[in-house]
Amino acid sequence: MSKPKFKNPVVNWIDYRLPIFTFMNHELNEYPTPKNLNYFWNFGSLAGITLVIMIVTGIVLSMNYTAHIDYAFDSVERIMRDVNHGWLLRYIHMNGASFFFIVVYIHIFRGLYYGSYKAPREILWILGVLILLLMMATAFMGYVLPWGQMSFWGATVITNLFSAIPFIGESIVTWLWGGFSVDNPTLNRFFSLHFVLPFVIVGVVILHLVALHRFGSNNPIGIDVKGKQDTVPFHPYYTIKDLFGLSVFATIFAAAVFFFPNFMGHPDNYIPANPMVTPAHIVPEWYFLPFYAILRAIPDKLGGVLFMFGAIMVLFVLPWLDKSSVRSSQFRPLYKLFFWFLVIDCIALGYLGAMPAEGIYVVLSRLATAYYFFHFLIILPLLPKIESTRPLPVSISTPIITASSNASTVMAMREKK
Amino acid sequence: MTKKNIPEDKNKRDFLQVSTYALGAVGAASFVWPLINQMNPAADTLALASTEVDLEQLEEGQAITVTWRGKPVFIRHRTKEEIASAKDQLLDGLRDPQTDEERVQNEKYIVLVGVCTHLGCVPLGQKSGDVKGEYGGWFCPCHGSHYDHSGRIRKGPAPTNLEIPQYSFLSDTLIKIG
Amino acid sequence: MRFSKLVIYFFILLNFFLGKIALSAGKVIEYPDKNWSFSNIFGTFDKASAQRGFQVYKEVCAGCHGMRLISYRNLAALGYNQDELKAIASQFEITDGPNDDGEFFTRPGRPSDRFASPYPNKKAAIAANGGAYPPDLSLIIKARPNGANYLHALLSGYVEPPKNMKVPEGMYYNKFYSGNLIAMPQPLYEDGIEYLDGTKASPDQMATDVTTFLAWASEPELEERKQLGITVVLFLIVFSILSYFSMRQIWAPIKNKN
Repeated sequence: MSKPKFKNPVVNWIDYRLPIFTFMNHELNEYPTPKNLNYFWNFGSLAGITLVIMIVTGIVLSMNYTAHIDYAFDSVERIMRDVNHGWLLRYIHMNGASFFFIVVYIHIFRGLYYGSYKAPREILWILGVLILLLMMATAFMGYVLPWGQMSFWGATVITNLFSAIPFIGESIVTWLWGGFSVDNPTLNRFFSLHFVLPFVIVGVVILHLVALHRFGSNNPIGIDVKGKQDTVPFHPYYTIKDLFGLSVFATIFAAAVFFFPNFMGHPDNYIPANPMVTPAHIVPEWYFLPFYAILRAIPDKLGGVLFMFGAIMVLFVLPWLDKSSVRSSQFRPLYKLFFWFLVIDCIALGYLGAMPAEGIYVVLSRLATAYYFFHFLIILPLLPKIESTRPLPVSISTPIITASSNASTVMAMREKK
Repeated sequence: MTKKNIPEDKNKRDFLQVSTYALGAVGAASFVWPLINQMNPAADTLALASTEVDLEQLEEGQAITVTWRGKPVFIRHRTKEEIASAKDQLLDGLRDPQTDEERVQNEKYIVLVGVCTHLGCVPLGQKSGDVKGEYGGWFCPCHGSHYDHSGRIRKGPAPTNLEIPQYSFLSDTLIKIG
Repeated sequence: MRFSKLVIYFFILLNFFLGKIALSAGKVIEYPDKNWSFSNIFGTFDKASAQRGFQVYKEVCAGCHGMRLISYRNLAALGYNQDELKAIASQFEITDGPNDDGEFFTRPGRPSDRFASPYPNKKAAIAANGGAYPPDLSLIIKARPNGANYLHALLSGYVEPPKNMKVPEGMYYNKFYSGNLIAMPQPLYEDGIEYLDGTKASPDQMATDVTTFLAWASEPELEERKQLGITVVLFLIVFSILSYFSMRQIWAPIKNKN
């Protein structure tokens, strides 16, 4: 690059003093990105965009919301009925939570499939798990705000989890509530935290991106970028691809918001909270169901809570559980098989979390829970010892999976031309 | 890609890509509108934008204050003397010259937004014991603006007469404000 | 790769439907599907039916059930004009106050008023109904799974109890109510009311009409939402197609090289 970096002299003047344009050019424009990323790599940017949508709609909703047990339900209904476009903003926010989790779960499983958590991207992965935890806390507290029956009883059940902590559990729950049950002080603090946590998430997302840009994206083959021939500049190649991904995502999201806005919700939450009557079936939002299944699978209160949190904690140490030096499942036939077992196991847990805790469902929940931990704690550490991985290609530019040297030479010759 | 078809190709590319980005901008802009519009008065607020007041009980010399759009509205059933004094006032020397006829629909009743035009305080003069100021109408205690029986500014810092809300008589004694 | 993609799509879809499976799991009673005019994606409310439904609500349900989230002005959406709204509102006594003497008083309703409540508060409602709270109907269709079909079925579900079943005092048998014993007596009878528009007031007609009315009350934004939705989704489909071809074009040099 020659001295005047930018054509516009004003931009140059500013950039000399505050190199923000250099930074953006470097990280968003030139930023070399592997050229073989598939559509699963869209979900990172989609998650970021969904976060922005949630924050923006959340801020405008908060302008019309009243965090008081006597007014919260009615203020939400006022948003739905009287505030200009209020129904649209609220339905976007409400369904946005579900779509955020759909996107993030796909993003996580993509990381699992392609080994994106492996060296040197361990911190990138850990920050991602931290974002997931923060998202869960935020989503849970947001669900309390409409102060319907599910809000109230969800808050009651989840806060009571902390009572499982030995000795100080009860005090912690009282402290969380600010009283002797879920009540107005609880609603107030949940609103405050629900407002502020998304900005904490933004902070961690920025760190996540800094860590990402340190070594760049992983890719479907999972081998390191060898040189310029393996990458393309982020703009316009991945900006347009992300835009296309966004447009498809937005179409599905809009269809849900406009035509099935309550599909992922629960009818009981349109009944105002009543501390005297628990609904017949209390079920968390779908994105918590697998964890809920783990909680209920353990016949001990403290144990259930520990295993539930353990299900996430195990993700923090995942980079050290999986010792295989090969990243992508494409070259790990056994891991690939177990990956799909894990996917099925998680879906099964989600299903079981929605079922009543009785009979065969309890047995199945226990098996599925056991398998979840078996996968991470036993299978992953042992796998490299017995797995014979397939040969890796020389570079991304020669992605012939058979890795026949003939083919790669042909490719190399073609490129010379 | 041969050199010959580059210009044509480039045109096609520009058209497709420019229309994609343009459409994207339109989409983003239309998403912004609900975010702005939600701050405008909501339907329930607008529904309270007009108030009906029955003046049948309001006797001569009495005044009532009603709430309209979150602000006090003064309605005074004026005495003959008050009407006369309001009407006789010459326009010369008034800061905001208006005749009493311009300010009332039925001379018995004066209807005013009870907000001082200086800095928004509520003037005194509605209750019988209130200080009514040097001109017998209303007096703003904040910075000493004096209003007459027609709500016109006569003395003090206020720049204009007390505002007349939009109202209409639905019958002799029933008015609709707003 | 293709296979794994398929599995992922399956995973997305399945997760989507999990919640619904969960809901339907505990349910054994099936309600007849009435094919409501408002249930499909182009759906709108049948205004005449909703107006009749309002009459049913007013003359039958309102004795016990409030609709505290609805104002008389909202009825404009059912096709009433301003004068009609004022006339409707003024039929009701609204408690207002305190006045300048510090007292509460009643006055005729205005369009901006919420629907008059049959009871001063929830405790009074429970006390007057032998311990059973008649739920507020403002959101009833959204607050019950499969709400519209459920309500219609419930209103039509009063039949003779099975011979061996003992129905306690103050309870009524309803074949669509969970547990089959409901505290609400059968509300709709043949010609129980006289429709203003001359429609024959059969119980099924009344159940249909009041369900339409309550569906509107639950989701007054439904028509606007669906119309806007069609525009937005069509726009986004066009945008997706355009951005797809832009993407193809931009990537063409890279793809050709491979």
